[in-house]
Amino acid sequence: MIVGEQKPIAEIKESIIPYEKILILGCGTCVKTCFAGGEDEVATLASALRLTFKKDGREIELEEMTIERQCEDEFIQEASVSIARNDAVLSLACGAGVQDIAKRFEKIPVLPGVNTTFIGILEKQGLFTEECLGCGDCTLAMFGGICPVTRCSKKLLNGPCGGSMDGKCEVNPDIDCAWQQIIDRLRLLGQLDNLRKYIPPKNWRTSHAGGPRKLVREDHVI
Amino acid sequence: MNKITLSNLQKILSKGEFAVTAECGPPRGADFEVVRRKGELLKGFVDAVNVTDNQTAIVRMSSIAACVHLFNMGIEPVMQMVTRDRNRIALQSDIMGAYSLGIKNILCLSGDHQTFGSQPDAMNVFDIDSMNLVRTVRDMRSDGKDMSGFDLNEPPLMFIGAAANPFADPFEYRVIRLAKKIDAGVDFIQTQCVYNMDRFKEWIHLAREEGLTEKVHILAGVTPLKSAGMARFIANKVAGMDVPESIIKRMAGVSKENAAKEGVKICLETIAELREIKGVHGIHIMAIEWEEKVGEIVESAGLMPRPEPEE
Repeated sequence: MIVGEQKPIAEIKESIIPYEKILILGCGTCVKTCFAGGEDEVATLASALRLTFKKDGREIELEEMTIERQCEDEFIQEASVSIARNDAVLSLACGAGVQDIAKRFEKIPVLPGVNTTFIGILEKQGLFTEECLGCGDCTLAMFGGICPVTRCSKKLLNGPCGGSMDGKCEVNPDIDCAWQQIIDRLRLLGQLDNLRKYIPPKNWRTSHAGGPRKLVREDHVI
Repeated sequence: MNKITLSNLQKILSKGEFAVTAECGPPRGADFEVVRRKGELLKGFVDAVNVTDNQTAIVRMSSIAACVHLFNMGIEPVMQMVTRDRNRIALQSDIMGAYSLGIKNILCLSGDHQTFGSQPDAMNVFDIDSMNLVRTVRDMRSDGKDMSGFDLNEPPLMFIGAAANPFADPFEYRVIRLAKKIDAGVDFIQTQCVYNMDRFKEWIHLAREEGLTEKVHILAGVTPLKSAGMARFIANKVAGMDVPESIIKRMAGVSKENAAKEGVKICLETIAELREIKGVHGIHIMAIEWEEKVGEIVESAGLMPRPEPEE
């Protein structure tokens, strides 16, 4: 899923100050799962903002709504009436959702309420970890299912650097050394020979390095 | 094409002589005087001098520039180059440029992560890793081509080095990594500082068993300790370094005034032991901001005079 984190309330408040009527628009998929922008977060944020504006002696009209996904037109349409009657949209979706709303409602300002952080997993309750950089050329099979591009701080493809100690990364003892994990997993899989193979320089063209990417599925184009 | 001349370090190592290298960290500024002073302290005592490339991710005078300053003083530089700050385009370009300026040794590294340094907000590059860099320099030398396969009008013929850390984890992988670097084309290895002699011996024993010490020149790293505090700091705070408790105790067991002397003594004992180990072809002295000690260490270790560079 796309993992995100709600922006600090002060930053959000600052961004909506110029407007009278604002739609707080939640997104019911990824950011809901990571407690950043689902309907619960929309409600909590709306209450908090009302309270803080009231303290300042200012009334603000906040409409609350959450749609299934802000990255698909089908769902965005459900919000079109609400979007049209407000001065601005405070979107609690990921950056993709924010931009999709902006694309479809050109004359209404769309403000981000969430910092989009990474593609990750819910490792355990309350803990989300980054697992994929979306490089566009998946080589997980080689590395025992652990991605060195994402999980090694130096993106090393040919083994651990000299800073791996007790299974931890030199950058931060909170980070597990991806290469220690790769080696441990390859051992379990009986694939330690993979470690001896030279991995040539990665082709980054399929990644963001090649510019913004597009996927065209001719078989689905209408 | 220019006349092909080997680097001094390459000549010494290929003749089977015990090599001595040292290190020079460029200044945080544009003052060449700092490099000159360090160069003066090292000249004549070592066969080549490594010039670090923004070590610990702190912005300094570029490695290439400092290498040229040393070169102009008649000191042979080993240009360190990290993949942290440059993509493959810049790396290849700088290698050609460096060679054109007279630099003939390169040490290929990934580099300390930028979050350790003075500008932790920086974006890193890591387009390729140090293994890829070794192979790139080797392919330039042996095939005369850049990474795209383009024929270079004059290929850089670098003597290629890389680092090895026998003290990092996972231990069993460290020899595999050495073998991979050799396959990629490395000529010489400079190791992380040796304090834990047992572990170093175990590593080189495994390397010898795989026949690796016949295929590459290994220079063991040493760093003289200045104080017990420094020993503790290295042991606890520097990633990938291993200082056994016995060394820390020894440093703590002497008075403050005698600590530096004790540090040099430990260093000399380490060098003496390293010289007896089959498969060790030299030492790399990393006297951090203590370049004035290098001459004394080399002399006391009985490693003077250094072989004259041949014309």
